[in-house]
Amino acid sequence: MAPEVAVQEAPSQPTTRRIVNDFSIQVATVNGSGSQTANLVLLRSIFRMGIPVSGKNLFPSNIAGLPTWYTIRANRDGYIARKQDIDFLVAMNAQTAQEDVVSLKPGAAVVYDEPLNLATLRDDLTFYPVPFDKLVAGVCRDAKLRRLVRNMIYDGVLASLLRIDRAEMERALEKQLGRKPKAVALNREALDVGFAYAEQHFEKRDPYFVESMDATSGQVLIDGNAAAAIGAMMAGVTVVTWYPITPSSSLCETLIDYLRQHRIDKDSGKATFAVVQAEDEIAAIGMAIGAGWAGARSMTSTSGPGVSLMSEFAGLGYYAEVPAVIFDVQRVGPSTGLPTRTAQGDVLSTAFLSHGDTRQLMLFPSSVEECYSMAIEAFDLAERFQTPVFVMSDLDLGMNTWMSQPFRYPEKPLDRGKVLDAETLDRIGKFGRYRDVDGDGIPYRSVPGDPMPAYFCRGSGHNEWAQYSERPDDYRKNIDRLRSKLETARNWLPAPVVTINRKASIGVIAYGTTHWAVVESRDQLVNEEDVQTSYYRVCAYPFRDALTSFVERHDRVYVIEQNRDAQMLSLMKLDLAPELAGRLRSVLHYAGHPIDARTITDSILIQEGYRVEKTRPQPSHVPQSAGVGGE
Amino acid sequence: MATVQTPAAGKGKINRIGLASQEYRGTKTTLCAGCGHNAISERIIHACFEMGIEPDRVVKLSGIGCSSKSPAYFLGSSHGFNAVHGRMPSVGTGAMLANRRLIAVGVSGDGDTGAIGIGQFVHLMRRNLPIIYIIEDNGCYGLTKGQFSPTADLGSTLKTGVVNDLPPIDTCALAIELGASFVARSFSGDKKQLSAVLKAALSHRGTAMLDVLSPCVTFNDHEGSTKSYAYAKSHDDPLGELDFVPYFEEIDVDYEPGTTHEVELHDGSTLYLTKLAEDYDPRNKLQAMSVLQETRSRGTFATGLIYVEPTKPDFLEMLNLVDEPLASLPQDRVRPPEAVLEAIMNDLR
Repeated sequence: MAPEVAVQEAPSQPTTRRIVNDFSIQVATVNGSGSQTANLVLLRSIFRMGIPVSGKNLFPSNIAGLPTWYTIRANRDGYIARKQDIDFLVAMNAQTAQEDVVSLKPGAAVVYDEPLNLATLRDDLTFYPVPFDKLVAGVCRDAKLRRLVRNMIYDGVLASLLRIDRAEMERALEKQLGRKPKAVALNREALDVGFAYAEQHFEKRDPYFVESMDATSGQVLIDGNAAAAIGAMMAGVTVVTWYPITPSSSLCETLIDYLRQHRIDKDSGKATFAVVQAEDEIAAIGMAIGAGWAGARSMTSTSGPGVSLMSEFAGLGYYAEVPAVIFDVQRVGPSTGLPTRTAQGDVLSTAFLSHGDTRQLMLFPSSVEECYSMAIEAFDLAERFQTPVFVMSDLDLGMNTWMSQPFRYPEKPLDRGKVLDAETLDRIGKFGRYRDVDGDGIPYRSVPGDPMPAYFCRGSGHNEWAQYSERPDDYRKNIDRLRSKLETARNWLPAPVVTINRKASIGVIAYGTTHWAVVESRDQLVNEEDVQTSYYRVCAYPFRDALTSFVERHDRVYVIEQNRDAQMLSLMKLDLAPELAGRLRSVLHYAGHPIDARTITDSILIQEGYRVEKTRPQPSHVPQSAGVGGE
Repeated sequence: MATVQTPAAGKGKINRIGLASQEYRGTKTTLCAGCGHNAISERIIHACFEMGIEPDRVVKLSGIGCSSKSPAYFLGSSHGFNAVHGRMPSVGTGAMLANRRLIAVGVSGDGDTGAIGIGQFVHLMRRNLPIIYIIEDNGCYGLTKGQFSPTADLGSTLKTGVVNDLPPIDTCALAIELGASFVARSFSGDKKQLSAVLKAALSHRGTAMLDVLSPCVTFNDHEGSTKSYAYAKSHDDPLGELDFVPYFEEIDVDYEPGTTHEVELHDGSTLYLTKLAEDYDPRNKLQAMSVLQETRSRGTFATGLIYVEPTKPDFLEMLNLVDEPLASLPQDRVRPPEAVLEAIMNDLR
């Protein structure tokens, strides 16, 4: 039998053009259909072939039945930010298939569920129809399992079309399903069926290929929430109090798993940690504050709505000077917003979280490795500065899968900060909880249960002896000392990562996950228009003095962020002299999906006066009808 | 058992750990003269002194309001945390997680507990965390000048004549229903009963919830108020005589058989309940709930130990924590070795 050829529309001729290790795959499915396993197997097998990859899940706030997209980008040059254009679509969802196909750029390839009959929609794409139902029926008798196994078939099809190493794919499958041999066998069969079908029926007509490289060896695949969890465990966290919320839940859930494995005392079989699922975020941070006050390394993890609820306690932590670590895995606001979409929208509100003259310390991890290392650092900083520390992750970082060098074991011992001991007490004479003995704004603290003098901790006005006071001079002295403590913090916090380009008259500033698109965009700017840039990546707030010198060096500085209101830029304006603040410009992206390089490049070029070719409006991956769900 | 010394109250005496009663005092109260809260602070000082509680093991916790200011007025050498309104339970929970050897004494008010703090109160009771949770209950907000709180009785009036038309929350019934393992109600004016209840609470392991009627002399002590001194005195309906014998004291009481319930508490102390009119066993949950209903329907309020479950596992036990305080575990017990990190990394490849 002659092989059934892929639906033949122009450009239907087998192409001689080869695009190797530089494309994006988008799998469109329905959530709850178990596509995550198939997608992760696909991602991991490309990763194991040594090709830089990233995987991003664009999912609804819903348990089952709504559209979800998974995007894998493979890129030989190591660009792992989201890419606007999809090169290879796997259309499994009738609800969105037409729109998904319409939004593709010419030349893209589409693997689709045959009954969807998509090939008539466009004549500038390559279509590969696959009769998934028919194929899965041969693999699996159990109707309930079929829905799940069905997705593994497209992995087989893609292995054939993209030339993915099948052995790696099988290993990835085993890794994914672990100790479930029956499931592994069933899924392997589905892989084989998909592969065989594609081999038999399709002639390769798209230009996309995978070829082994050596760019990922030794690396790991992990999401930011798990990375932060490992960091927290290595930081010696002892009290974890939390309340479930997307997209932060998996941080504490993963942490619980790790703690149960690695933090049970061998001799006694007892836990060296306490985890409490609180009744709400207010209680979660209240417990963290109570534990921090009593000397534990405490943390909670949440997202925007939780941070809003934590506001009052955050102010108490700041004013009463109590350590705690808060992970904010940011999602799209305001209000409930888009619970399953990413943003950097809590920057301004967290900086000033709570009423009065409150300032909070923030760290901005941009990689999974920094989720790990900054988690460790956050606990040291919280105790060093006796104040809440916010680790500002986001959904893209927290819930998506990233490559990383393996995490390094911490070299520094735990920094428990200025805890009063007998020797110090001798040196300083009388203990005053809020006395600035060392001139750095950081007082000594005693801890309940230790033999040092006690004090009365309070959110009400107090003097340096921790006595209630409404005296103007007491208030001023204390609140000014708090400011000087933050001044000390400025240069303790993680330093910015600065790349000075001597040829550049313009600078870019970014933070968090925006970094990955910036890396790619800076290369695009040079390659396309020879626009040279310097780069300042913010890692913490309050800012270091280096910010001023960076802005001074450049005529125009673009602050790139994923929110509407230029929140980081606004914070910078408060610190910079008016002349320097006037040099700041914005590149903003706030649609719910991660920022991409093209958006940045085009925006900077336009603002710099270049003509930018009008491209198609960016496809909306979410139909108007979709994305309706709970939170 | 610790060496037994004759515990003695009063000036010049020292207790079994060698401290004078003076050493359990705090700063001078700033509450109104005659405030019930001051009487409760006095009882706390007295109970801690007599029980020989080590002040450096105690953490005093409170929310916001007149009641919540009072921890400054007792146990001045103990740590204290005057937190935010209605959220003391979470702070106390965190502190106890950090250091299970602490003795937590929380002071709240009827607004701090029944209104803004009802959520945290509910979950504290559910967890049976080891903590003494005292509600200094005057049925009104004192610090904001006398508005009704959720424990104000139906028909009770404000000074201005405004009548409360919502039913009160019975914090004792709620606490029993939710799982608290020691629930008592008392009156700031009943020194003997309140002392016994406080000492028993200090001997208990688990949440000891004490609702103490504590009249507000400034805003809620008038005719028409059901939380006034006069009303409280005439409607107090004790469930029995309470006699507390600490574990470190010889038992020299002799009760006529059948007249007394003997409740052994967690630390080995004993509480004797001599029945008055009816037989009442505070270990019987159904009886506890029904006595609260009955007395309320009669317009009185039952006082004394209403419910106790001395052996119920507390929250820290359920968490299977190591014996030492988590707060002071050294680095080598909280930071896993390098091999653990390597194994985790290998698993992610």
